[in-house]
Formats: sequence, C-alpha cells, structure tokens
Amino acid sequence: MKSSNFFLAFIFLFSVIVMAQTEKDEVKTTIEWEFNAQYRHFYDAPQFDNQLKDYPSIGIQPTYSFGWENGYQNFIASAYFSIDRDENRRYWDLREFYYQKAQNNWELSVGFKKVFWGVTESNHLVDIINQTDALKSFDGEEKLGQPMVQFSWFSSDWGSLDLFYLPYHRKRGFAGEKGRFRFSTVLEADAIGYESDKEEWHPDFAARWKHYIGVLDIGLSYFSGNGREPYFEFDDRGNIKAFYPLIDQLGLDFQITAGAVLFKFESIFRKAEQQEFFAMDAGLEYTFSNVNNNGLDIGVLVEYLYDERDDWALSGLQNDVFYGSRVAFNDTQDTSILGGGIYDLDTQTHLFTVEASRRLANGLVCSIEGRIFSGVSDQELFLLFFKQDSYFSFTLSKYF
Amino acid sequence: MKKIILTLLLTFPILATAQTAEEKGLEIVSKAIEADRGFGSSSVDLKMVLKNKNGQLSERTLSNKTLELDEDGDKSMIVFTSPKDIKGTSTLTFTHKQGADDQWLFLPSIKRTKRISSSNKSGPFVGSEFAYEDLSSVELEKNTYKFLKEEGDLLYVEQYPVDPKSGYKKRIAVYNQAKDYRLETIEFYDRKGALLKTLSYTEYNRYKDKFWRASKFEMVNHQSKKETLLFFNNYNFEINLKDEDFTEMALRRAAN
Repeated sequence: MKSSNFFLAFIFLFSVIVMAQTEKDEVKTTIEWEFNAQYRHFYDAPQFDNQLKDYPSIGIQPTYSFGWENGYQNFIASAYFSIDRDENRRYWDLREFYYQKAQNNWELSVGFKKVFWGVTESNHLVDIINQTDALKSFDGEEKLGQPMVQFSWFSSDWGSLDLFYLPYHRKRGFAGEKGRFRFSTVLEADAIGYESDKEEWHPDFAARWKHYIGVLDIGLSYFSGNGREPYFEFDDRGNIKAFYPLIDQLGLDFQITAGAVLFKFESIFRKAEQQEFFAMDAGLEYTFSNVNNNGLDIGVLVEYLYDERDDWALSGLQNDVFYGSRVAFNDTQDTSILGGGIYDLDTQTHLFTVEASRRLANGLVCSIEGRIFSGVSDQELFLLFFKQDSYFSFTLSKYF
Repeated sequence: MKKIILTLLLTFPILATAQTAEEKGLEIVSKAIEADRGFGSSSVDLKMVLKNKNGQLSERTLSNKTLELDEDGDKSMIVFTSPKDIKGTSTLTFTHKQGADDQWLFLPSIKRTKRISSSNKSGPFVGSEFAYEDLSSVELEKNTYKFLKEEGDLLYVEQYPVDPKSGYKKRIAVYNQAKDYRLETIEFYDRKGALLKTLSYTEYNRYKDKFWRASKFEMVNHQSKKETLLFFNNYNFEINLKDEDFTEMALRRAAN
C-alpha cells in the first residue's frame, strides 16, 4: 500500500493548494459522523473450523466536506472503520477523498471516489468502477473508494459523457478464519495476484454515455483494465486459485418509466483471455402508491438473471428469478421494509432476504437484515460454501 | 398558453358582462400565474415541522432550487439537509404542463441515481400533510375553474383537478387581487367531497418589487388532526441558475 499512500499525499497536497487559492470565497464546511453498532447472529452450526455464531461489530464513518463557489468546487473526505470478531473484518477504507470542480456543462473530479452505474435491483452488472466491499455487505452495494480522474461533460441534446482514468486497482477483501461467508480455505486478499505485470498499477480506463429521452433512460459503458471480480480456478486437489484478469467489458442499461411501472434492463459482455461471456438482469417494478389513502407505497419487483458462465458465475446468478416487495410507509420515521428471494431455476437453491429500517429519534436509526439460504444445491460451486451462513442482523446507527 | 391569456385579455372588455363563472375563475388564475412570471430562477431553504395529533414534533430541513421555463413546466431540485441519516438525499424534477413529470432520486450512501415514477400525486411528501401534487408547480392546464364569490379584495375560485390520480375532488383557493393575486388560503376536499385540509399562506414578503413569497405555509389536516408547517428562509432571486444546474450530474454534486 506504499504506492497508494504516495497517491494520497499527492491528492492532499493538490487540494491544499486549491483551497489556499479560494480563501476569500464563502466556504461551507460540514463534518459528520456515523456510528453503527451491529449484532449478526448465524443460527446454523458453522461449516468450517473456527467460524462463530455471533458477531458483534462496530462501524464508524466520518465524513468531511468543504464546498465553495456555491458548490461548484468541493473537497470531500470520508473514511470507514470496521471492528469485528473476524480479523479480516477489522479494516479501514478511504471511501472518498477527492477534489471536484464544475463549470458550465463539465465537471472534473480527482481522488478517491464512489460511482454507481445501473438500474436493476437484484444484481449490479454494469457497475464496475469501484471494488465491492464484500466484507461489509453481501448484497454488493457497498464499495471501496477508487482512485480516479473523472471528467464529465453534459449536453441537453446528447446526454452526459463520463471519462475515467483509474490508475490503481483495489483488491476485494474476504472473510478471515473466524468469519462467515468464506471458502474452506481462507482466502487472503493479498494472495490474489494479477494477470498484468503491472499488477495494481495497471492503468484502467472507462467511459459511460448516459441519456434520457422522454420515458427512456439509457446508459452505454465500456471498461478496460484489471477486472474487479477475481477469476477462480480449482486445482486437482480442490484448492482455489484466483487472480484478477485483464478484461474488456461493454455494458448496456436502460429503464422505461411508464407511469407506476418501471421496466429495467442491464447487460454486460466481458472479454478476457480466460473467458468470454454475456450476462443480463431484466425485470420490472410496479408501485401501488398511497394505498387506501394511508400514504403506504407498495412496490412489487420481479427480475430474471442470466449469466453465460453458468456454474462459474461468482454471484451464482446464472439462471435465477428474483422477486420482492418494497413497502414504504411514508411516515415521519421513514419506515421501510424490503423482502424477497432469489430462486435458482437450475439448482433450486433459494435465498431469502429481508431488510427493514426505521428512525427511532433524530439521528438514530435501527435496521434489521436477514439472509436465509434454503436448500443450497450440491451443484452450487460458490454458494455451497455459504450454505450454513443464514443470519439475522440488528443495527443501530447514530448520526452526528 | 400565452395565446389563451392574450385571447382572454382581448376579449375580456367586450364580454365582461356576459362572462360565466368558469371564465372568470380561469381569468383569475391566469392573472395569478402571469403576475408570478419572469422570476427566472430562485433558491430557498426550508424547515418542515411535522406535528402529529398528540402534538409531538419532528423536523426536516431541505433546500430548493427552481428554474422557470416558459415553454414547459419548471425544473426544480430538492436536497434534504436533515435528519442527518437522510442528508444529501435529493430529487430532480422536470415538471410538464401536460403528461407525467420526469423525476430522479439520488441516494447518497450508495451514490445511486434512480429515475422514479411521478405518478404518485396523492401520496404524502416525506411523511408530511403535503401531498406531492400540493408542491408541484402551478400550471393553468392542470385544473378547470369556477369563480365562487368576491369578499373585499379576496376572490374565491373552485379548482377541479384534471388528473384522475389527484387525491382531490376540488380545492377552493383564495386569491388577493390587491396583492398581485397572491394566494391566501386553499381548502382541499377529498374524493368524497369532504373537507380534508386547509393550507394558509402567511408572512408574505415581496421580492424584486414583484414576486410575493409567503415565509410560512401552514397545512392542517382536519380528518387526521395532524399539521405540517413550512418555514421559508434565505430566498435568493439573484442566483441566476442555468439549465446545467438541473442535470443528474448537478444532482449528485448538490448532495455534497
């Protein structure tokens, strides 16, 4: 991580210089803290030695933001610290640390940043800029900060174009010996190497065009460089060998917003020396709003997931159906519940999910999450390792 | 739109005596809309105080930016600044004179921008007594009208929403003709025709010698006994916003 420290120092110096130039402007500074106290309980006996059943953990996320020139220039810094019984879940990450300048129809960002692409709910195929923080969450929505230079350009006729230079690759973290969601042998992040000789310093590039025409929102993206997902191989003795391949990936995503119904589609084509494949996620979301004039919104979601890699799809979502319902109470506590499942049409593996949250007091939110693995098939290459890892978690989050 | 007003203004003197209640209602609302035309763009900070039937209070703060457009409905951006757990959650809305509005939601924790359905007109806005339709931009085409009565400077106009998804059978809006037809109160009647809510506009200020803005909105729900107060601070009509300030890119930046 020596080299990334160097990069960090560079960004810091850069921002200090920029800030010094703008002393006279009206400056908006905010500092926020988020504290999470979480308790995860895995009710099934562990599959592997040293795994536990109960995992209390603490997460701390301070965020500092500094904006001037009416928000056209910003400096943002945000870090995440995690403490857990599993040693690999004791880590910290720089989520954001960037300087941003916007003028007329363009915007430039330099530093560690998080970027999200895509429209679907159950899987995020086209979203490739940031490495997934697989330690924080199983759903793939938590991300590690990614060093980048991002240039964005907008025209009301042509939509927006984002160009990314990504000089450094972040490795995905995996659970340690005591942790759940691990393979039979513990996989350490640093044990996973690269196809490229330049390793994490291979310069990666990405571009995304996004436009909206009436009811249609459409995005086209391209990525070239170190893959975010490791490529796995098993040797004769069943040991896992993994590395980050060099990939080229094309992505297409669109959404049609037709009244209360949303049609969603995401697909990727990824090309590497080891494999070439197509994957997609297509579905719809319908919302019954203000049900019985109670302010209740009930959304119904269905998506079909396909991955040409078949059993080798890391997500296990090769021929699956996702169904779910989202209930928003629209009350002063912002109470919401999301429940659903993913059913594998080939292997009959069923994964149930429930997420709920509610504000208890100003700046205090409680949330419950459950993931239940039911009837994990012996055919599952990756999910089989997690078949005993059904859990419920309770989290209290305090914001300052 | 402009043509309708022009026609109205031209024919008004001739037909004044023969004017129906519907025509007079339309004329009053046209004048109110016309009086507020030309502000260009503005920004304002809001504090929302929600009061439940037991008198318990909860608060939200947000900021709003608006860009006026002649050919179509306004563009607006809302950024929540508190409670802290939803800070940075923002919406971008392109209102249309006809058809559904276009709306995007930005979720700051995962940096995701979502196009969302705007078909939910009657639902409550973030747990308040304001429905989404109560807060969307005023367009003449959204209702039909009927003049009711005149009391001093106050003109009472019934409004019947055109959209079948509206939560209201009618509204009775009170315009003040001595103050550029600014709104004083609105009574909302539910689909069954029963009185549902009353909205009062108070503590008016005049900006740029033309535009009346109330600093306080008070919405009382007579059926649930709940109340929502909106306090407007730091109105800025000199902000000079442009189209580029109302894009997905600007939405993500505004969340900072």
